[in-house]
Amino acid sequence: MRLLSLSAVELGDKIRKKEIGVEEAARAYLQQMKKQEPKVAAYLTVEEEGVLARAREVQKGIDEGRYTSPLAGVPVAVKDNICIEGVRTTCASRILENFVPTYTATAYENLERAGAVLLGKTNMDEFAMGSTTETSAFGITKNPWNPAYVPGGSSGGSCAAVAAGEACAALGSDTGGSIRQPAGYCGVTGIKPTYGTVSRFGLVAYGSSLDQIGPIGKDVRDCAALLEAIASHDPKDSTSMARQDTDFTKGLAGDMKALRIGVPEEYLGEGISPEVKAAVEKALETMRENGAAVEVFPLGMVDYVIPAYYIIAAAEASSNLERFDGVKYGYRAAEYEGLHDMYRRSRSEGFGEEVKRRIMLGSFVLSSGYYDAYYLKALRVKALIKRAFDRAFKKYDVLLAPSAPTTAPRIGESLKDPLQMYLGDIYTVAVNLAGLPGITVPCGLDEKGLPVGLQFIGDCFQEKKILQAACAYEEMRGKWRLAFEREEV
Amino acid sequence: MYVVKIDDKTMESVEILAQLRLSDNEREKAREDMQKMLDYVEKLNELDTKGVEPMSHIFPVNNVFREDIVTNGDSREAMLANAPRQKEYQYLVPKTVE
Amino acid sequence: MKKCGENGGLLLSARRCNGMKQYETVIGLEVHVELATKTKIFCGCSTKFGARPNTQTCPICTGMPGALPILNKRVVELALAVGLAANCQINRYCKFDRKNYFYPDNPQNYQISQLYLPICHDGWLEIETEAGKKKIGIHEIHMEEDAGKLVHDEWEDCSLVDYNRSGVPLIEIVSEPDMRNAEEVIAYLEKLRHIIQYLGASDCKLQEGSMRADVNLSVREMGSSSFGTRTEMKNLNSFKAIARAIAGERERQIELLEEGRAVIQETRRWDDNKETSRAMRSKEDAKDYRYFPDPDLLPVSISEKWLEEIRAAQPELREARALRYQRAYGLSAYDADVITESRHMAELFEETAALCKSPKKAANWIMGETFRLIKERNVEPEKVFFTPGHLASLILEVEKGSISNQTAKEVFEKVFDEDVEPLAYIQAHGLQTVEDADLLGEVLDKVIAANEKAVEEFRSGKEKVLGFLVGQVMKEMRGKANAGKVGELLREKLRQ
Repeated sequence: MRLLSLSAVELGDKIRKKEIGVEEAARAYLQQMKKQEPKVAAYLTVEEEGVLARAREVQKGIDEGRYTSPLAGVPVAVKDNICIEGVRTTCASRILENFVPTYTATAYENLERAGAVLLGKTNMDEFAMGSTTETSAFGITKNPWNPAYVPGGSSGGSCAAVAAGEACAALGSDTGGSIRQPAGYCGVTGIKPTYGTVSRFGLVAYGSSLDQIGPIGKDVRDCAALLEAIASHDPKDSTSMARQDTDFTKGLAGDMKALRIGVPEEYLGEGISPEVKAAVEKALETMRENGAAVEVFPLGMVDYVIPAYYIIAAAEASSNLERFDGVKYGYRAAEYEGLHDMYRRSRSEGFGEEVKRRIMLGSFVLSSGYYDAYYLKALRVKALIKRAFDRAFKKYDVLLAPSAPTTAPRIGESLKDPLQMYLGDIYTVAVNLAGLPGITVPCGLDEKGLPVGLQFIGDCFQEKKILQAACAYEEMRGKWRLAFEREEV
Repeated sequence: MYVVKIDDKTMESVEILAQLRLSDNEREKAREDMQKMLDYVEKLNELDTKGVEPMSHIFPVNNVFREDIVTNGDSREAMLANAPRQKEYQYLVPKTVE
Repeated sequence: MKKCGENGGLLLSARRCNGMKQYETVIGLEVHVELATKTKIFCGCSTKFGARPNTQTCPICTGMPGALPILNKRVVELALAVGLAANCQINRYCKFDRKNYFYPDNPQNYQISQLYLPICHDGWLEIETEAGKKKIGIHEIHMEEDAGKLVHDEWEDCSLVDYNRSGVPLIEIVSEPDMRNAEEVIAYLEKLRHIIQYLGASDCKLQEGSMRADVNLSVREMGSSSFGTRTEMKNLNSFKAIARAIAGERERQIELLEEGRAVIQETRRWDDNKETSRAMRSKEDAKDYRYFPDPDLLPVSISEKWLEEIRAAQPELREARALRYQRAYGLSAYDADVITESRHMAELFEETAALCKSPKKAANWIMGETFRLIKERNVEPEKVFFTPGHLASLILEVEKGSISNQTAKEVFEKVFDEDVEPLAYIQAHGLQTVEDADLLGEVLDKVIAANEKAVEEFRSGKEKVLGFLVGQVMKEMRGKANAGKVGELLREKLRQ
């Protein structure tokens, strides 16, 4: 089996057994990057020398018994909104073009401690605002399955990198579907954990009450292993939770017998493309055949998740992004007259259109006279959405949904109509509002040869349930070949 | 039902709140987008939320504290390394009023 | 003549008296107090005053992307202590909100504060006024973070930002509009300062900015029950400035009303050198803070148990202490008041009194020599550092007669300045009174011989002259004699 086709867990295993060297693995991925980047453009920053130096250091650590984790030596990519000390972190925005943090996100620190080798920082929608990675200030990442299509977003670079064999695994972040939707579009696996499972320290905030860092991998086991490595109760993040059950790799193998699966009927109704629907229904059929009790049921509240999400996320974003002002770091306009002119020019020149759109919406919904009608209303609706899920999880172990209503759109199609683009988040945002874990697993291809993603949603803190279900489904589905592997056949 | 009309004046005041400045073309596009979005989120008013507490945090966790112990030393050079302009170890900004 | 414009200039007063209208001033205060914690409210940076610029900063208090705030528990405890002392209700469930506005001293461009659920509300303090005791209502007390410091750089005509102060914990104490003149305002501030200093919650220095008062002021016609439009006055760095600003703003508002113009609700900045204020306004200043709950911080829930612990740990406050000094030590109300002005002085007094077993004498030494030296050396009462045992042993030595009062005062200066051990010092410098009767006899004889005229006057019945002669002996002895004893011996000798 070729090195690039090994999953992270398999590669880690071979590295520990000295069948593959850490540097050899890193070089293979750097080589693949050279081949794929001109087409895919998944990365914003790669420092080859640094990668190889780190690979040698990890090899030494493994040899000396300092690195014993199953992920030691595995080359990974990290979304460019996750701070790493001394590594440029841009959030794909002009305003942070030259920002080099002096601190490291706890999630990455944990991964680093496990011995992962950083390949580089990946492209994304600017400040994670977008569903296509087209709002990046530094160019569009292409879908490795077909470069005329978007990889999805906002963690488009991380998902495309894994799909193209340019990274063995990656970290992304998910505020309204930013891991699960691009994972679906790129035919890889990605999990958004329960809110509070992975520290947000060092993750540049978009919507603080919704943001979570999560892994993107070649399969469910890889995601479980990465999540196990990055999850921690962090004293640097007040919202991080003390959990005793983060041994996510335990007990993955299993079947679906006696598993109660609920499928919200609204998720298969209006707006879904026939091909996505067909792929999801086929997957449901497979699960039924394998003993799962699959039931379609009315979840409720589905029409309200997008309005509530965009109000809350935009409001928090408008405040979170106030710090980008040209004073302490980041871009400052070349010319200005006075303080406020400096602020307004720097921010207007530094932020892209979509970011400005959301900042303005957020500023408006928080402004006096509108706060109650929009922001508080949205928080009340959030409570109702949470209740709807609470009811559902009394009856079902796992909920199933497509990761998006369609497969990846063509480049240039989405940004024309922002509202239409927002509506595409219909199956993912509710999970963030309710703090739930969700994992996307590829379940088929459409006629254009683009992947369809299937999302397993669990109740809060029930990552193990969705990981087990997704793992069992993977087995039923059979071997999934990534974009780059199909290319080579 | 309550329908908000976004005019240029509203846009200008939002631009001040957000410390942005749009060109006339940009503003018109942004105004249309915001109007569309606000019309769309009107949907929320279909829901009766009387008696429902606004939910900020998902989990009812309280009292996350740190102890009053100094953990940070002087790292001002690192802190200032990203500053667009600085002088004498301070961040340089255009003159503030007063 | 000067009946109605007690604060005002003569001209205006005269005109107003003619105009017949009388105005009442209505004042509420917003007082910011920097809490005496070791670290900032949301990060582990030191709060020490006077450090070099930006040496006490980190990603959190400079608003770096991805940095998150973690609440300092001590801040909550100090805020609760102040709230309890100010008779407040405690919000058992309180939260932090973001106040959004752009300014370079505010690194996140939002300040973390409490709007919707402040930690304390509905309290009161009692002040003494000319008309007797008066209750001033406290609307709320909330916790928040301080801003950085901006200094103007003349050379480049720009401003420079130092974030050392950014994130230093503050409480803001918002009073009800219950005060009517500068005297009440100052009495309220003094009261607040004493409480907070006694609690050890802050040093409350207006000059250093660890206590800052903004004055909300409006005027209305006497007898009116509705409020006039108020203004908010900032940049008040001393009690004197506060009094002047109140007088000035009252005049300004009355003048506007007299001219038929309206008072505009605005924030004004007081210039104490010019004794005028001007509106702080900018068209960029939208005054819409878009408060919303900070998603990065979790609510604070205050249990009865926690509150009980804080209650139990509350120290005795000034008034209780002053009363106790009157009852237990027999001090006068005035003395007790002066000594308890500073908690540190009160503690020095109490320890000294306990050690020398003479509260009256201890009080005299504190009120007399200690305060004299504080004034002379221009130090703050809090910075006085001598050991109470040292003062106590001086007092005991005087009582025993082994040193003179004069010597004791001299030695005390050394105790005050360097905290010397007085007995050793007396010994080393040979300052103890001379008990040697022969030596004393010699000196007496010498003084008698040298002052024939005085001796004669005494013998002819002028008792007063004895004092002069004692003085001469003491001078000769360089103070190292017991003046009482010298008097007795002199009397004896002269009667011979």
